[in-house]
Amino acid sequence: MLKKTDTPMLDLKVVGTRPVRPDGVPKVTGQARYGADYALPGMLWGKILRSPHAHALIRSIDTSAALALPGVKAVMVGSDMPEQPFNYIGPDRVQVNYWHMTRNVMAREKALFDGHPVAAVAATTAAIADQALKLIKVDYEVLPHVINVDDAMKEDAPLLFDNMTTRGVSPAPTKPSNVSRRTEFKAGDIDAGFAMADEVVEMSFTTEPVHQGYIETHGTLARYGADGQCELWSSSQGHFMVRAYTAKLLNMNISDLLVHPAEIGGGFGGKTVVYVEPVAALLSEKTGLPVKVVMTREEVFRATGPTSGSSMTVKMGVTKDGKIVAADGIFKLQAGAFPGSPVMNAAMCAFSVYEIENARAVGYDVVSNRPKAVAYRAPGSPIAAFAVESVVDELARRIGMDPLAMRLKNAVKTGSPTIWGPKHGYDGFIETIEALMAHPAYKIPLGKNQGRGVASGFWFNGGGESAVTVHVSEDGSVAIASGSMDVGGSRASMALMAAETLGVPYESVRSTVSDTASIGYTHVTGGSRVTFATGMAVVQACEKIVDDMRARAAMIWDVPLEAVTWQDGAAHLTDAALGDKAPLSLKDIAAKRAVTGGPIVAEVALNAGGQAPGFSTQFCDVEVDPETGAVKILRYVAAQDVGRAIHPSYVEGQIQGGVVQGIGWALNETYVYNDKGQLENTGFLDYRVPVASDLPMIEALIVEVPNPNHPFGVKGAGEVNIVPVMAAVANALRGATGVRQHALPMSPPVVLAALDAHADEAVGA
Amino acid sequence: MAKQHVTTTINGEAVEFLCETRQSLLDVLRDELDMTGTKEGCGTGDCGACSVTLDGDLVCSCLVLGVEAEGKSIQTIEGMAQGDQLHPLQRKFLEHAALQCGICTPGVLVAAQALLVRNPDPTEEEVRYWLAGNLCRCTGYNKIIEAVLDAAREMRGA
Repeated sequence: MLKKTDTPMLDLKVVGTRPVRPDGVPKVTGQARYGADYALPGMLWGKILRSPHAHALIRSIDTSAALALPGVKAVMVGSDMPEQPFNYIGPDRVQVNYWHMTRNVMAREKALFDGHPVAAVAATTAAIADQALKLIKVDYEVLPHVINVDDAMKEDAPLLFDNMTTRGVSPAPTKPSNVSRRTEFKAGDIDAGFAMADEVVEMSFTTEPVHQGYIETHGTLARYGADGQCELWSSSQGHFMVRAYTAKLLNMNISDLLVHPAEIGGGFGGKTVVYVEPVAALLSEKTGLPVKVVMTREEVFRATGPTSGSSMTVKMGVTKDGKIVAADGIFKLQAGAFPGSPVMNAAMCAFSVYEIENARAVGYDVVSNRPKAVAYRAPGSPIAAFAVESVVDELARRIGMDPLAMRLKNAVKTGSPTIWGPKHGYDGFIETIEALMAHPAYKIPLGKNQGRGVASGFWFNGGGESAVTVHVSEDGSVAIASGSMDVGGSRASMALMAAETLGVPYESVRSTVSDTASIGYTHVTGGSRVTFATGMAVVQACEKIVDDMRARAAMIWDVPLEAVTWQDGAAHLTDAALGDKAPLSLKDIAAKRAVTGGPIVAEVALNAGGQAPGFSTQFCDVEVDPETGAVKILRYVAAQDVGRAIHPSYVEGQIQGGVVQGIGWALNETYVYNDKGQLENTGFLDYRVPVASDLPMIEALIVEVPNPNHPFGVKGAGEVNIVPVMAAVANALRGATGVRQHALPMSPPVVLAALDAHADEAVGA
Repeated sequence: MAKQHVTTTINGEAVEFLCETRQSLLDVLRDELDMTGTKEGCGTGDCGACSVTLDGDLVCSCLVLGVEAEGKSIQTIEGMAQGDQLHPLQRKFLEHAALQCGICTPGVLVAAQALLVRNPDPTEEEVRYWLAGNLCRCTGYNKIIEAVLDAAREMRGA
């Protein structure tokens, strides 16, 4: 149920404050329990054997020697899980194919990437399990492999699936290829648009896949009983997702699987799928004992995540006075070993901050021999934005316009067209540009080898299914439970919204996350949806409590319900003719719980619509060392419209964290595959995420243009902050060096080579 | 192979344990002593999530063998608060919202405490370089740095 709130509450007492989070003390004292922190008596250790080959037929697997090792209790291979039908199901943007998913959890006919699971063992100690893996004999026939997207699209490329033909092409092709799908969005007349342009810029770009880089590896503990009931303790972005996927892959009744939400040590989209849960559950079923599986960091890099790498070409045209009149983009995204890159998002988001009458975006979803791509913070949008925002920067340079002014002139607002059909329904973008224009640092003069870059970004944000329960105890304290995994402060946001709605202090509200048997289905914590959708459920449940409290007060006073209002956490009798009664607080009424109707509980389960998108505009200043090519971020300012910041500190944290992930994507992070298709940088030493000494303070500017569909105006905060970053850094580098970078990461050797080439050109000229 | 008997001190308490010679101190803490506050992020000494002090030295417990704890004094996150009194660093981390997922937090706190023992008045740059061995993927480090500087200020009585 969606309740329209045309005027979001403004007189807020609790929302917008910065209290300590409910799960804070356990997390600073080491008491919080994450996926790997659970253990049970008699527990076995599960370990997974992985393919050393990028692409190979699996002729046979001999597990007899491993099974014979003392301490080994079970071995499994892919075909121990039931076969799944080959169907793409679910909405286009997030299709699932269980035939692929079961093979991603464990290979069957073929190993499709270095690190692909091929077997697993359960043993009494981790050391014995490791030893057993070495005793499993896999007979591989190594096949030619392909890593990069442009190579995978070539006519003679090795095929991952002999029968895969490209979807979305008419007539359907008969020849198989690695292109899983073509997608196209189009508005207006592109040729006519480019004919109006005074300047046209067309450039090609590549980006590398990057890993979500959560510090907690994947871990789970499973206990499968002889009665077919299974419990899982799992760290994920959605325990209902874990339940649904694991039950499907093991052919269980969904309700026979109970998933406990462990604390999650980072996800960023990467923990919206299952890897180890079906393996642990099946090994537990086979042995009748609890089984724990925890990935090593090497396993995480070889076989989980990342987001897609890409190859893109973007062409845009602008008039002399700065109006963008046409845009055309081709976005080829690596899906990894199975179809399902975020290419549709990339195509939809690409031009979504600009009002362009004539635009087209074409996307290709391409498989190759690397781990299957998984969601990563606004999946797809940052990739496209690197190309589009780089081109927009060049357009601004061509016509001599300030890049913020250029964006302001073309900014979308309510009523602007999109290339996928419906018009933009919400404002907020213009306000992010204006926030930077008004920022004093934007005018700070730059020195030698320094440059300033601007970029913007769009993300849909999400709504969807959430469930919440609110209980009021007999002392008036409040417990709220939701089905949303808390990845970074959502328990605090829920408690704030509950306290505000009930009119009670934040400290009297305890906020928790419940297991899959104790709360209604709740979609994953992703898409920046939780504060919006689960928050809406919290508010509606608290409104039910308020109605209940009024009814109980009316009963106590023996007056009609209409004569009772709820204000500042207490029932008030408003009709003086009915008597003069002292207000009854939540505590007063709760003390009379039993005699006024029994337990005070409200449950709300909803499918929230009305989410409003997120916009961000950012600028950064960089300095390039001409000797080494190293890029130093001097200053970073990021403005983001979040609708309403419920707990501003955690909103700032989202913005700062997203920007820094983007800086890693821009400058450092990349996968290094050798000529055999094996990953060579499987640790944090060589896959270098940003560290504290790389960075300045990131200034987060919270812009609040309320979403009319949420009681407090929430839009979402988690994702759009990463969208502009790579282009902002590249544009700053262009300013600092005069050289346009077309490929990520812009690491020192790459930048140095570009500087040298530029110098040679200058000498040659 | 027979397990080794180790006598050590953890957070001021005398502790004895049995471990295999190949087991890291991190594995001993987590799997043998049920002290899961110390986290594993990489197992190769790159992320700092398993930071503890060994006779006052900041180490990655994944790079120390359990048997090396013999006769030493180990400090872990579980020993940072005194009863129900949080250490100023812990309190400032909460006040500044210096954690999101919290998986790196125990290691960061242990490392930050080791810094403030050596240098009660660090600059922002000194904090950034000291904590460069502690990866955080959530926060962009902003609020961590602010919390450490604020805790240092409070502890100095400034």
